[in-house]
Amino acid sequence: MNLTPDDIDAIWLTLRLATTVTLLLLVLATPIAWWLAKTQSWLKIPIGALVALPLVLPPTVLGFYLLVFMGPNGPIGEFTQALGLGTLPFTFSGLVLASMVYSLPFVVQPIQNAIESIGDRPIEVAATLGAGPFDRFFSVVLPLAKPGFITATILGFAHTVGEFGIVLMMGGSIPQETRVVSIQIYDHVEALQYANAHLLAAIMLCFSFIVLLGLYGFQRKRSGVGLHYGG
Amino acid sequence: MVAKASDSGKHIIEASFKLERVNETLESSFTLDVDFSIPAEGVTAVFGESGSGKTTLLRCIAGLEQADSARLTINGDIWQDKVTFKATHKRSIGYVFQEPSLFTHLTVMGNLSYAFKRANKALNNEFYKQIIKIMGLNTLLAQKVNQLSGGEKQRVAIARALLLKPKLLLMDEPLASLDGKRKLEILPYIEKLRASFGIPVLYVTHSIDEIARLADHVLILQKGRLVIQGNVSELFTNINVPLLSRDEMGTVLDCDILKIDEQWQLMKVAFNGGQLWLPVRLDILPDSQCRLRILASDISVTLRPQSDTSILNQLRVKIMSITPEIEGATTLLKVKTGATILLTRITNKSLSELGLVCGKIVWVQVKSVAILG
Repeated sequence: MNLTPDDIDAIWLTLRLATTVTLLLLVLATPIAWWLAKTQSWLKIPIGALVALPLVLPPTVLGFYLLVFMGPNGPIGEFTQALGLGTLPFTFSGLVLASMVYSLPFVVQPIQNAIESIGDRPIEVAATLGAGPFDRFFSVVLPLAKPGFITATILGFAHTVGEFGIVLMMGGSIPQETRVVSIQIYDHVEALQYANAHLLAAIMLCFSFIVLLGLYGFQRKRSGVGLHYGG
Repeated sequence: MVAKASDSGKHIIEASFKLERVNETLESSFTLDVDFSIPAEGVTAVFGESGSGKTTLLRCIAGLEQADSARLTINGDIWQDKVTFKATHKRSIGYVFQEPSLFTHLTVMGNLSYAFKRANKALNNEFYKQIIKIMGLNTLLAQKVNQLSGGEKQRVAIARALLLKPKLLLMDEPLASLDGKRKLEILPYIEKLRASFGIPVLYVTHSIDEIARLADHVLILQKGRLVIQGNVSELFTNINVPLLSRDEMGTVLDCDILKIDEQWQLMKVAFNGGQLWLPVRLDILPDSQCRLRILASDISVTLRPQSDTSILNQLRVKIMSITPEIEGATTLLKVKTGATILLTRITNKSLSELGLVCGKIVWVQVKSVAILG
């Protein structure tokens, strides 16, 4: 039993999606995590809760609202249409956006924890040594929070690879556009192609296990603390 | 080191900070309200009990804390006033924190180069070597930070701050996190720093001993307010200083070492008003300078010079003032020799039997072994 060309397309698409989402999320999540770690504002709690929502919401709920918002009559949909981009549902870009929402807490929270555990002192020290804000971030915060960033990258990537419900709601099953591995497995099962489903499912299983193995090993080496992505 | 009066009057730090912090959970509030100007040279100690606002003052000067209203000028440069707020990284300061605050992701060398890469002026190799030598870091450069002892870490932190060639060095109880032995180990380095670099230091402490050894000028804070400021020698002879306990009163002298007697392990020093013999100290500073502290209770008074006494040091002095102490049996005398005021404590009985009055010329005896380093 070999992988079909469709299966290989699905694997490539999944990797492309997860990479894009992870990279974009690192850029987006870092300032959010920084703000959450440093702010004294009362907004910290509501914003923190909002970021954490995807942890508890069923992906179908999230997918449903994203579909409504990005659809032709939704506010985001109207905006993207006004820009001449059409609507986002059932496109790769739409999937990227939805996945970013879905995986946000998995990237924000490890970074936030890492920044909180550094504390203010090293940053103050850097300032007294003549380092400006960006210099401080790249020369002190980033290296000291590196374990948090690595955890965030791994979790963000793995979580995006593992999503299903939100893709089903937002993307459907368009080859090379939105048909990721989890959808492909679902399609195989629907078509009673159990052998094909089995192969892909086994690949996913191995991938996930190896990722978690690597993550636990990494975190253990760093500090002996367990997996932490929650607040 | 005798503080030299600045010729232009420009070498001066003027600061005024007002700040109020209300801690809602502890239902307490803290106010800092100070206004002072100090010479931008030597070591100025900021002294006070914990909670008196010493650290907050230092953080305000560094720009790490935003005061409600503030004014700060260093040698005429405005760092902060109503319209200006120079960010911390733009202030020419070095800051040594209470606990060693080295970057744990860098080696000792990495920590040092973090500073000199960001220094305004290109680093002079001689200056770098001098700092490494004075702080005794040669053998530590390649080490990881967490392999160092507390004292070594603090020496690296001090060197790191110095490498920026700051206009002002702020030190926040740099010895407080160290145990007694480590303190003794690092104090000589700070003394050398004071003697070797012309960088003014603001030194926060709650230790009288550290002030006696290091400071030229003292600011005393109480509950966020400045209660006394002055010269260190004035402070120790000032009997009205509220925080100074009875046993700590005395005189601080800056001396030049004249000669060392190898046979008896003694050294002869000169101060502004006389000469003294004392046991040789191991940690002699460059330029043969040293600082002494003589407690008021270690000086006795005689009417005539004594010849058959074990006491090596006798000085001819004039009595300037006589102040009975509250505790009853004793009196503090201020006596003058040359330009120096010494403080001595005698019993009321001796005062009466010797017939001491203001203006009288007498002799004081200072026991060599009683002179504190």
